[in-house]
Amino acid sequence: MIKRKRTLSRRSFIIRGAAAGGAALLGGCDQLSQSPSFRDMLNRAEGLTEWAQRLVLSQRSMAREYAESDISVYFKPNGSTRVADPEYIRASQNGFVDWKLRISGLVERPGEFSLDELRRLPSRTQITRHDCVEGWSAIGKWKGAQLGPILQSVGLKPDARFIVFHCADKLSFFSNYYESIDLIDAFHPQTILAYEMNGAALPVPHGAPLRLRVERQLGYKHAKYIQHIEVVASYSDIGDGRGSYWADRGYEWYAGI
Amino acid sequence: MDSHQASHDSNGQHARTFVYRHPLTVRITHWVNALCLLVLLLSGLQIFNAHPALYFGETSDPGRAVLMMGAEQNADGGYSGVTQIGNYTFNTTGVLGLSRGPSGQLEERGFPSWLTLPSYRDLATGRRWHFFFAWGLVLNGLCYLIYAIWSGHARRDLAPTRHQLRHIRRSLREHLLLRFSADEQGRGYNVLQKLSYLAVIFGLLPLAVLTGLTMSPALDAAFPFLLDIFGGRQSARMIHFLCALGITAFVIVHVGMVLASGLWNNMRAMITGRYSVPIRETADDQT
Repeated sequence: MIKRKRTLSRRSFIIRGAAAGGAALLGGCDQLSQSPSFRDMLNRAEGLTEWAQRLVLSQRSMAREYAESDISVYFKPNGSTRVADPEYIRASQNGFVDWKLRISGLVERPGEFSLDELRRLPSRTQITRHDCVEGWSAIGKWKGAQLGPILQSVGLKPDARFIVFHCADKLSFFSNYYESIDLIDAFHPQTILAYEMNGAALPVPHGAPLRLRVERQLGYKHAKYIQHIEVVASYSDIGDGRGSYWADRGYEWYAGI
Repeated sequence: MDSHQASHDSNGQHARTFVYRHPLTVRITHWVNALCLLVLLLSGLQIFNAHPALYFGETSDPGRAVLMMGAEQNADGGYSGVTQIGNYTFNTTGVLGLSRGPSGQLEERGFPSWLTLPSYRDLATGRRWHFFFAWGLVLNGLCYLIYAIWSGHARRDLAPTRHQLRHIRRSLREHLLLRFSADEQGRGYNVLQKLSYLAVIFGLLPLAVLTGLTMSPALDAAFPFLLDIFGGRQSARMIHFLCALGITAFVIVHVGMVLASGLWNNMRAMITGRYSVPIRETADDQT
């Protein structure tokens, strides 16, 4: 091996200094990333984003709807693509004929809806773009019951603020997936409980028999395998208290961007 | 560095004096902007790594990526990092597609850990950093724009004069030779500086913000024309990436020019506002 003369030229001094400075900077940023108070500061941007987006969005602002020819050939099923729960498996083998959606919480008339009953409710069909938080997008056609009329039919109590979706799938060993939206999104015309995708019954990897479509937010808000809808005044007692499976894991509860 | 600078001077040693070059608002917004851009670049690459591919149009159809990074298994069982741009594939092992993570293990990742924030894979935290500092960039940029227009800074200091535009070739040649004439070293910005600052302030940065906003499903509902302007959400994502690349290229050249034209004098000017210039005998006002 050739022994190279070690001189600390100005150039190598600057390069080494920049490398050391860069490493310290990145290390410092990793530490900041894990500091609870610094994270609290970063998280404040979410409130500002929600406020600003709600300022420019009206109840009539609709997510763009596309043509049949725009429907993606491949639509990636993300997150859970199957459910391990034996009761769910039995129901899916039966075509979900005995399956029931339960609605409870701050409603005047709690109850259950079969898939057939949901199909007879006012429905909406929409071809929309699904934007995953990871960065990819796919276009699909969804048909489902509008959530607003369902909530009107069960009657919301005056202190109802959030609609929580409890799901059959588990992404981690201990916790079932769950999501929540506020009443602004719940009563938006494009917010539907979808039971059809691309003209066929909703496939299991995409959340059969029922998934949420909340078109003005990112993909993880579109809860799959919905079993139970709970109307609450606050979601602080559910999961880790941040309103959704992914919000409990550091993502934004308001996923408008 | 000052003597180095003076050596470029045609008349040898000059008596020097200080001019007040950068107003306080420009100095503050400059450094806030620099911090925001650094965080936005590194956290943006963390976000990019969650799906390290770019596409034209609305959707990200598999097989139609314009750019894609990933790891591929070789015949000998090992892995290499691969970057595909259009029909061309490059082996980018160690940097793009496959590189050592924070733990020292080789892992499949778009950009390497020393270019992402956090260094380890964490999309949620990368997004938190990105959107906090995106608000910082926008609010700071608005303060700057209001000041620049209201105070006349944009018109006085940034708009090139007709005389400068006529002599743009000479300025270009001097820059390529890293030789700055006494006049160009002086009080105002030269024509290439002005044009590149204008392009970044009124071109690249607003374009980066708008394409970033186009990736928001909520804002696409509020302002559907954004999708038409940029040709779809995935096109907007690609333009956003190219803007980041362009801004990074600008910063590299900018820092290079700062080093070449006098690091300490430039730094002092952007911190205290005071910039050292040779005393001129003739009282001709700046170009």
